[in-house]
Amino acid sequence: MSDKRTGAQILCEALIQNGVDTMFGLPGGAIMPFYHAMWEYRSELRHILCRHEQGAGHAAEGFARSTGRIGVCIGTSGPGTTNLVTPIADAWMDSTPMLAICGQVSSAVLGKDAFQETDITGITMPITKHNYLIKRVEDIAYAVKEAIFIATTGRPGPVLVDITKDALQASMVPDYSKKIFLPGYRPTYQGSKKQIKAALELMLQSKKPVMMIGNGVMMANASDEVMAFAERYQIPVITTLHGLGAFPQDHPLSLGMPGMHGWVHVNRAIQESDFLLNIGGRFDDRVTGKASTFAPNASIVHVDIDPSEIGKNVEVDVPIVGDAKLVLLSMLEEEPEETKVAQFQQVAAEWMVYVRELQAKHQHKQQYLNRPDTSVMMPHDVYAVLTKEMNERGNYRVVTDVGQHQMWAAQLLDWYRPRTHITSGGAGTMGFAMPAALGVAVAHPEDTVWVVCGDGGFQMTNQEMIVVVQENIKNIKIAIINNGFLGMVRQWQELFEGKRYSGTPLTSPNFQKLAEAYGWTGITVESGDQIEAAVQQAYATDGPVLIDFRVEREVNVFPMVPQNKSIGEMITE
Amino acid sequence: MKTHILVVLMQDHPGVLNRAVSMFRRRGYNIASLAVGHTETAGISRMTVVVESDHVEQVVKQLYRLVEVLKVSDVTDDPTVEREMALVKLHVPSQQRAEIVALAEVFGAKIVDVSVTAMVIEMTGGPAKVDNFIDMVRPFGIKEMMRTGRIAMVRGARGHSGADLVDTGWQNDVAGAASAAAQ
Repeated sequence: MSDKRTGAQILCEALIQNGVDTMFGLPGGAIMPFYHAMWEYRSELRHILCRHEQGAGHAAEGFARSTGRIGVCIGTSGPGTTNLVTPIADAWMDSTPMLAICGQVSSAVLGKDAFQETDITGITMPITKHNYLIKRVEDIAYAVKEAIFIATTGRPGPVLVDITKDALQASMVPDYSKKIFLPGYRPTYQGSKKQIKAALELMLQSKKPVMMIGNGVMMANASDEVMAFAERYQIPVITTLHGLGAFPQDHPLSLGMPGMHGWVHVNRAIQESDFLLNIGGRFDDRVTGKASTFAPNASIVHVDIDPSEIGKNVEVDVPIVGDAKLVLLSMLEEEPEETKVAQFQQVAAEWMVYVRELQAKHQHKQQYLNRPDTSVMMPHDVYAVLTKEMNERGNYRVVTDVGQHQMWAAQLLDWYRPRTHITSGGAGTMGFAMPAALGVAVAHPEDTVWVVCGDGGFQMTNQEMIVVVQENIKNIKIAIINNGFLGMVRQWQELFEGKRYSGTPLTSPNFQKLAEAYGWTGITVESGDQIEAAVQQAYATDGPVLIDFRVEREVNVFPMVPQNKSIGEMITE
Repeated sequence: MKTHILVVLMQDHPGVLNRAVSMFRRRGYNIASLAVGHTETAGISRMTVVVESDHVEQVVKQLYRLVEVLKVSDVTDDPTVEREMALVKLHVPSQQRAEIVALAEVFGAKIVDVSVTAMVIEMTGGPAKVDNFIDMVRPFGIKEMMRTGRIAMVRGARGHSGADLVDTGWQNDVAGAASAAAQ
């Protein structure tokens, strides 16, 4: 293999060597040499042509989030790469391992405002874990290796590699052997034994303990260890938005989601707790409400692989820097006195009884479901049918967008398996769902991938529907919760701004006809009694299906914590 | 807000200063002074940054998140030698020259250029001494002034050598831990 290769061929080979088999992107002038080369490697390196680079970026995110593997997206220089900025920012906020490969103008004209030149490394510096501007063919192979290593280790995140056209065109005898040398990058995986002992001691002294699990548990594939730890000590488990599915919600120890649209009993449990073990969550303001009022009585243990997250938003009693899985394994190795453990289990069980009483009193889930008059189609009716049909068939993954429908999905659908709930959390990127689902469906052809989306967000990226057709993907079904508003903003306007619906009423195209124009099956549902038949038809159809659920327009997501209020102060209706 | 002196060792790559400074800007940390240069070890730059923050621990952690940052030390409470240089161009009519020369001598400043109506003085010292000198010469009329920003070094044998940071032994640790985590 001492033959010369072009930089573009080397790029393909380096990607394959580092475990990449699927990429999402669009070609253009500067990235053309890469597209020319990838044709030779197409049996090992599948390229999926998207319709907009933002779609390619979100698809790569969906691929990464549902598999834990690196998601790869491609854009050409200039607008091709600036279109990647939103998904890169989204991946940054949600710690998604992503590699963005960008074409750049030739090094000879770099810095001279050449056609389609944009300083994409400068632009993405604050939203990437690291980025590279590669101007020499000699640097391509190593940059790919290092970029994927950085993106997938420690706290995962997006890494961007910008390669000039002349570097892609130049040739050399490739050398893939250079070892990774990153003296400034040493993620800590093993938690400190001393801290772990201290954390357990604190826990065993507590009377109202809770455990909260977040995205870090998902990233570390630590669901089994969470289960083992929770059962060993009988400690109640709270799952954040990105933790949904990491702990099965039908487990007797599962409490549900906290935060702005979390359940009352979960937020109450946090506020009354005297011990909170947060594993792999970053105390986002949507979880904590006003941070200074969060869990006022609790000793807090925070396990996170990123030291900068510890103490950033909430003060912590015992910090543990490490990988969620390895820290939990170390915690399980500890053997406190059995009498102490038994005593703790008993106390925790009593506390659990109390929290379950709170839940019985406040659980909001059933409010709209058992009402006598179902002629008006509430969003909740749609979710009830989706839940039933999904559970009957199993093997589902749900990708949600951002807004009311997203919170309802988190609240009302059932989450049992890790990596089955995929959403844009930190960045809150409307338009995420449809393209992200493309990535999920490609990675999991055996599962039914449901897109649950609002009518607003859907219109931001619906062009990616045609990619599903071009790639002959059949396992995507879309449920649009269509209320004719940018609903979450409308809800705030209703609750806090005297119903001044400024900029929120929304006209949509006929989604059924749109679906049909794209070669999908389209269904419109206008009343509650049609929901079940529509969902069953979607399942029965061998191909992509879109259902437009024209739900009651002015419905709010409750419970709700108003911004900058304590999570103890919830509005419930 | 408390003033902290941070000594930061980082790989001497294109854009690394931009990464560090951009982080300070976007997180809202206020840089009072910044000086960067080469060190005794090839490939490693050293930045002394004076930052005003009540949450310096976060500043340090955020710096560590940058892949090319090797070591960050808050030397605020350590015994250090701190130096800063100022070049000051004064408007000096010939009759005042002697007075300025005497003043420079008191401060240990060097006169590096003299012309018919102006003088350039090089003043090196601790930040307070440099401030003091500038206050003293200000009444003569400063035409131009430029300060380098503070550099700092811990006294004694202990310190911040770059050489011991680029050993290669750790590489296997990271790779090993990563594969352990993946299992």
